[in-house]
Amino acid sequence: MRLLEADVLVIGSGPAGLAAAYQARVSGAKRVTIIERNREPGGILPQCIHNGFGLRIFGRDLTGPEYAQRWLYQAQEAGVEIMTRTMVQSITPDLRITASGNGTLVDIKAKALILATGCRERPRGALGIPGARPAGIYTAGTAQRLVNIEGYMPGRRFVILGSGDIGMIMARRLTLEGAQVMAMAEILPYVSGLRRNLVQCVRDFDIPLYTSTTITEIRGRERVESVVMSAVDEHWQPIKGTQRELACDTLLLSAGLLPEIELARLAGVKLDPVTGGAMIDERQATNVPDIYAAGNMVHVYDLVDSVSESALRAGCKAAEACSGHEQPCEPLLPLVAGENVHHVVPQYVHIGAPRELIIELRVKLPLEEPAVVQLTAGDKLITSERLRYARPSEMIALRLRPEQYQQIGQAPCLRAAVVRASQIKTRG
Amino acid sequence: MPEQYDVIIIGAGVVGSLVARALSRYQLRLLLLEKHSDVAEGTTKANTAIVHAGYDAKPGSNKARLNVAGNRMYDNLCAELDAEFDRCGTFVVALSEEDLVTLGSLYKRGQQNGAAGLRLFNAEETLRHEPSLTKEARGSLYAASGGIVDPFQLGIGAAESAVINGVELMLETEVTGFLFEHNRITGVTTNRGDYYSRWVVIAAGLWADDLMHKAGLDGFAINPRKGEYFVLDRRSSEVVHTVLFPCPTPVSKGIMVTRTVHNNVLLGPNANTIRDKGDLDVSAAGLDEVWSGALKLIPGLAKRDIIRSFAGLRAAGSCDDFVIEIPGDPAGMVVLAGIESPGLTAAPAIAEEVVEMLREAGLELAPNTHFNPERKAVRRFAVLTRREQEALIATDPRYASVVCRCEMVTEGEIAAACHEVIPARTYDGLKRRTRLGSGRCQGAFDLPLVIGIMARELGISPLEITLKGGHSRFLARGTKEVDA
Repeated sequence: MRLLEADVLVIGSGPAGLAAAYQARVSGAKRVTIIERNREPGGILPQCIHNGFGLRIFGRDLTGPEYAQRWLYQAQEAGVEIMTRTMVQSITPDLRITASGNGTLVDIKAKALILATGCRERPRGALGIPGARPAGIYTAGTAQRLVNIEGYMPGRRFVILGSGDIGMIMARRLTLEGAQVMAMAEILPYVSGLRRNLVQCVRDFDIPLYTSTTITEIRGRERVESVVMSAVDEHWQPIKGTQRELACDTLLLSAGLLPEIELARLAGVKLDPVTGGAMIDERQATNVPDIYAAGNMVHVYDLVDSVSESALRAGCKAAEACSGHEQPCEPLLPLVAGENVHHVVPQYVHIGAPRELIIELRVKLPLEEPAVVQLTAGDKLITSERLRYARPSEMIALRLRPEQYQQIGQAPCLRAAVVRASQIKTRG
Repeated sequence: MPEQYDVIIIGAGVVGSLVARALSRYQLRLLLLEKHSDVAEGTTKANTAIVHAGYDAKPGSNKARLNVAGNRMYDNLCAELDAEFDRCGTFVVALSEEDLVTLGSLYKRGQQNGAAGLRLFNAEETLRHEPSLTKEARGSLYAASGGIVDPFQLGIGAAESAVINGVELMLETEVTGFLFEHNRITGVTTNRGDYYSRWVVIAAGLWADDLMHKAGLDGFAINPRKGEYFVLDRRSSEVVHTVLFPCPTPVSKGIMVTRTVHNNVLLGPNANTIRDKGDLDVSAAGLDEVWSGALKLIPGLAKRDIIRSFAGLRAAGSCDDFVIEIPGDPAGMVVLAGIESPGLTAAPAIAEEVVEMLREAGLELAPNTHFNPERKAVRRFAVLTRREQEALIATDPRYASVVCRCEMVTEGEIAAACHEVIPARTYDGLKRRTRLGSGRCQGAFDLPLVIGIMARELGISPLEITLKGGHSRFLARGTKEVDA
């Protein structure tokens, strides 16, 4: 058994954990340690061998492993310690952590904790697809690991359910590895992943894409033999007579990501029923003193750069907290989702001392026309920004400047909304 | 002279395995045959996992008698086999005036059957025990002797205990017919050759009728009755503490809500008679039926807690009761058929009954003085104390390496399960022995790691690792390898 003390302990070494640890160290925390359960640091990044990472932060179009390596170098140079092959078993609200790995149990006492546990994929059980339960059903991320890390093809003829980013990227990857991708079925009337992946991974590779379509049955007793695809109506109910059987040996699921909150729950962190992730304030702080949360375990991001940026905030605040920096004591104002907003983060804002605040949100329904994102306090418009369009697949960020704080006044809550630009004009 | 067994048992489900174990207390040459790639692969692995008190069956029936007798044996049996068992009590909940009448007759029937610990509760008492229950509840029949069990560990444990005590087990061995001498069965033919025996016990669950026909016994049929289920996340303390049944109907005990021994919540089953004994599909309509049925008992269930659905087949026979008999023509055969609910509860009593039937029929039963009743399951790291965990890591550092994050299953447990008395040879086999992949992510995280560990421990290629034997391989080929 080992005993360890840390100023800031970070759980997870993905794009959030590495950035948070680096920033905590740079902001003055003496001993910063990351715990990573995998064999190698980087979280999910080592298996993301496609490009599209780091344009905003590093000004370069990097692959996942390259993006991880850059943060790893920075973190290591800053003096961050990383323990790989180690899994946290328990966290108490007073920040005593037990972990196991590398042939031993480790007890850790931390002054501040940053949860950067990322997200996981929605499995078949959560989707409730009827039919048989044979081998050959994988989440897209599991297939990605098998192909890119372990070096095995999990099948020969694939159907992909859902049009999340990992699913689209795997459609291209599997095609390049000599497999056939028979179809991609998306229950929504539009693609749920990023536009660039739709173009570069699906259209450029002639992958048949069916929107408003789902899988209504899996067939095959031992290994998947076929799936039945059906068109759905606006209530996602299969339309009779539209069934179509597709022969395949593998079904990949790319139907949503869920924040990984197992450890947050153990620590007593409050969760948002909409995002499924930790509830935070503008410092990325949770309701549990000295526990911060960053990245996809707060809400699932569209771009890795934003994940790391949220972690930089958490790292800085965690370092301040453990160096005895004064914590804000003014009241917390809830920030809530208004018109056409699915969810908004942070869920709480301190409104006393003005500080720059970044509000992140996703819309419910796509607006393929100019739109406006607004922040209001009661009847008062605090700030707004014009958007060329608003799509559920792309996160919208709104910056609130310190001087705009004063306008908030005595409102009971802040509200974010996304409306058509034309709607604003007619309202005058 | 070919090898001669004293008894061949066909079917290594919970019934066949417990029969084999019961017979292994005597000096007998015993062979247990199973056509699947693992033991406990049929109805044993997919049922509601309830140990019933014994108020359901008609007084005087085999079901009633063996249910009550089996129930009494559970504490001891599960302690010996290291299978989790919790006599948490069960409730039948009345939702109407009519239901209250049903409860009264169930109570009476239970007393006639000798079921222990029955009490009638009013609405208030019922809700005090199960606060999440619908406010429509009018009262309940409480059975203190009812409980829940881990059917995987019970089935595997029974078979392992049998093997420990000298029973030969052959997996992937399907009985294709019988060998006769005059009107006496003298053995079986299988896909792996012929085996001779003085007695043959049919404990083949869903396939009992097929074997009976092959032995020349007509007039009995298994009509498989499918039940579909949902498994909810391991947060049962917020939903249900025990076992909640609605009032029963003629075909089924109804859609129930129960805690499992691992603190998941199980919803189901519905009941549909089907023909195909291999049809374990779940249907959209069936799952809707289960969900709405469960909501009647617990209105606060949330769909986002669902982690899996599955279906199981009950081996319902064409006559109402368990068939437990020595037909006489042909001689040399014991038939155990139609072992539907409460078959799991009755199984240990059925096994004892078979021993007595064979004794009466003239099989010489000299005690096996080396009989060892104890069998140990793979140790579950997650439930050990800190000190026990440290001790285990000291014996094998792989116990410090967590592979399944949801259920906290370590590499040490996976390796151990691959080298048990009956080794785990498939992913599902591993799952039932260790709970690997039974959590919220359903194996999405652990699978790539487990394939590597199993391949190493079993000494085979990762390409050969299967979900459940046969053609259920996970991997098609290495990357960069070209298909022929």
